[in-house]
Amino acid sequence: MYLIKLILKNSLRHRLRTLLTIVGLIVATVAFGLLQTVVDAWYAGADAASSARLITRNAVSLVFTLPINYREKLRGVDGVRAVAAGNWFGGIYKEPKNFFPQFAIDPAYVAMYPEYLIPEDQLKDWLRDRKGAVVGRKLAQTYGFRIGDTVTLKGTIFPGNWDFVIRGIYDGRERSTDTSAFFFHWTYLNETMKRTAPRRADMVGWFVLELSDPARAAEVSRDVDALFRNSTAETLTETEKAFQLGFVAMTEAIVVVIRAVSFLVIFIIMAVMANTMAMTARERLSEYATLKALGFGQGFIALLIFGESLAIAAIGGLIGTLATLPVATAFAEEMGSLFPVFNVSAQTISMQLAAACLVGLIAALVPSWKAMHVRIVDGLRSVG
Amino acid sequence: MNDQQTLAPDPHPGPPPERRREDGPEPRAGPLHESAREDAPVVRLEEIVKSYRRGVQTVPVLAGITFDIAAGEFLALMGPSGSGKSTLLNLIAGIDRPDSGRLIVAGTDIGRLTEQELADWRSRNIGFIFQFYNLMPVLDALENVELPLLLTGLSRRQRRERARMALDMVSLSDRLDHFPSELSGGQQQRVAIARALVTDPTLIVADEPTGDLDRESANDVLGMLERLNQQIGKTIIMVTHDQRAAQHAHAIMHLEKGELSQREELAAS
Ligand SMILES: Nc1ncnc2c1ncn2[C@@H]1O[C@H](COP(=O)(O)OP(=O)(O)OP(=O)(O)O)[C@@H](O)[C@H]1O
Ligand SMILES: [Mg+2]
Repeated sequence: MYLIKLILKNSLRHRLRTLLTIVGLIVATVAFGLLQTVVDAWYAGADAASSARLITRNAVSLVFTLPINYREKLRGVDGVRAVAAGNWFGGIYKEPKNFFPQFAIDPAYVAMYPEYLIPEDQLKDWLRDRKGAVVGRKLAQTYGFRIGDTVTLKGTIFPGNWDFVIRGIYDGRERSTDTSAFFFHWTYLNETMKRTAPRRADMVGWFVLELSDPARAAEVSRDVDALFRNSTAETLTETEKAFQLGFVAMTEAIVVVIRAVSFLVIFIIMAVMANTMAMTARERLSEYATLKALGFGQGFIALLIFGESLAIAAIGGLIGTLATLPVATAFAEEMGSLFPVFNVSAQTISMQLAAACLVGLIAALVPSWKAMHVRIVDGLRSVG
Repeated sequence: MNDQQTLAPDPHPGPPPERRREDGPEPRAGPLHESAREDAPVVRLEEIVKSYRRGVQTVPVLAGITFDIAAGEFLALMGPSGSGKSTLLNLIAGIDRPDSGRLIVAGTDIGRLTEQELADWRSRNIGFIFQFYNLMPVLDALENVELPLLLTGLSRRQRRERARMALDMVSLSDRLDHFPSELSGGQQQRVAIARALVTDPTLIVADEPTGDLDRESANDVLGMLERLNQQIGKTIIMVTHDQRAAQHAHAIMHLEKGELSQREELAAS
């Protein structure tokens, strides 16, 4: 009790210095949490990916397509329960900065993605409308899309202006489900291509395979790729997770930098905090010497310094961690649909708290070692 | 040069069982030990040598000092600046170690104690009074006096009670919740005196306790030390360069060029 009181009183001796240190800790903790969450968001698609689904794509690269007639052959592969086709559209909504993913899909997709929840009647409306589109809740909120609205996308891969009518809005089953995508009928895309660029018709970006038994993923992948070996378009089949990670890998360098910066922030605040504690301990050398003269051991001195350092670090870390949630929400809103899933994970929160405690501990290390080992006579001399 | 002292035969072959008695788990042994204690000096210095190293050269400060201080004494230690008064006091108080020689204080050969044992020993046997008071600025008067009692097994209530009593003895009952910054120099030094006596130590050491005080406050503080000595029989060693302050003691010893002069008995009070 007495000790805790002494520690708290000590930490309030230089109010401004303590306050600035705490502010620094808050900023560092928030920055660390935000950067970690950005990294998480980068991998969110892969994390949410199902292991019951395989993606079959062109073996050369994602840029190359596969003929739609592979669909029938894929259905025949043992272990495949259902097949759906999809294409990346890559259109621009009004301005290039309004980025969100757009997929041309065949209706079989719907049953294969139970994590996307859409009301029955909206689904029916969509299936009936050739130009119909289904959008995620988050996307609808970002751009104010409502059912019945006509949305025009300017094609980049597929030239021209494309009109769609919103027929449904889907929600995510999990918090981590991406609800920022835009889906429309592959047949609409294909029919248009048949008219305008016949050589690019009847092609898809990928096939999604639903497995009857997820445990057989490796075996089925091998069988599928063997089936198309030596054909005009060889395939590469992998789990949805591996497929998503492949996307992320293209931008891995950025993720590495973001990670490095997040730890750098912690390192900097550690240096600042260590300097504060060193300054504090140096000023109080005569007090520590007095305590030692009175018979207090080195442990007591260490406790005072570690206690103060940890108390300051914990307060800053705690406030910073709490502040991360609203800041992340605001950040996600600002970023729009760039990060479809932007949640501060439990792991990030525990890392923030652990980092704050670590900062407190390490900052106290050198000052307390010095204070513990100061010769009483020398320490007392620093009074006058 | 120093080996001479260490190699010399021990001139005071003190009885070994007596030495550790103060630390022993049975503080009240027999009447025989009690009487033995009465006679034994509280402080016994034997050929104490201390020098400081400054760069390559060694500065000798104390060149083989031998003397006793009896229980219940109030001794003033005087001498020119830099003569080693503080050094000597620090050795007696167990916050510094001699190069050679034997130091028996409060019945313990403190040269043999480890740092931790020495710290424990100090907390039980020495009360410190410093020139600049050395109070904890974040603690009020009562808490400052309570501080050394944290090292005892006393309960919080007992600690507070004793701290209050000690502050009462230095007439500061009405300043319990004042912080050092809210007290005058003389009052701060009185708090320090209360802190020094609250553990009921065997010996009180004071290094220039009035060095930072005006005449009136100095007299206050000196009067208090005198009363401590007379009324509760505390043994006190006080370093001072003030002749008038020294007059409050029983005897004065002069330190010059590393040597102690003959003690000068004072008839007063
Ligand atoms: N840590 C140290 N390192 C080097 N020399 C020291 C150290 N401490 C004391 N000395 C030297 O030892 C000598 C005695 O110092 P001490 O402080 O004991 O003197 P003093 O008699 O108390 O003087 P004053 O009256 O000024 O307080 C001085 O010459 C001082 O310079
Ligand atoms: Mg001195």
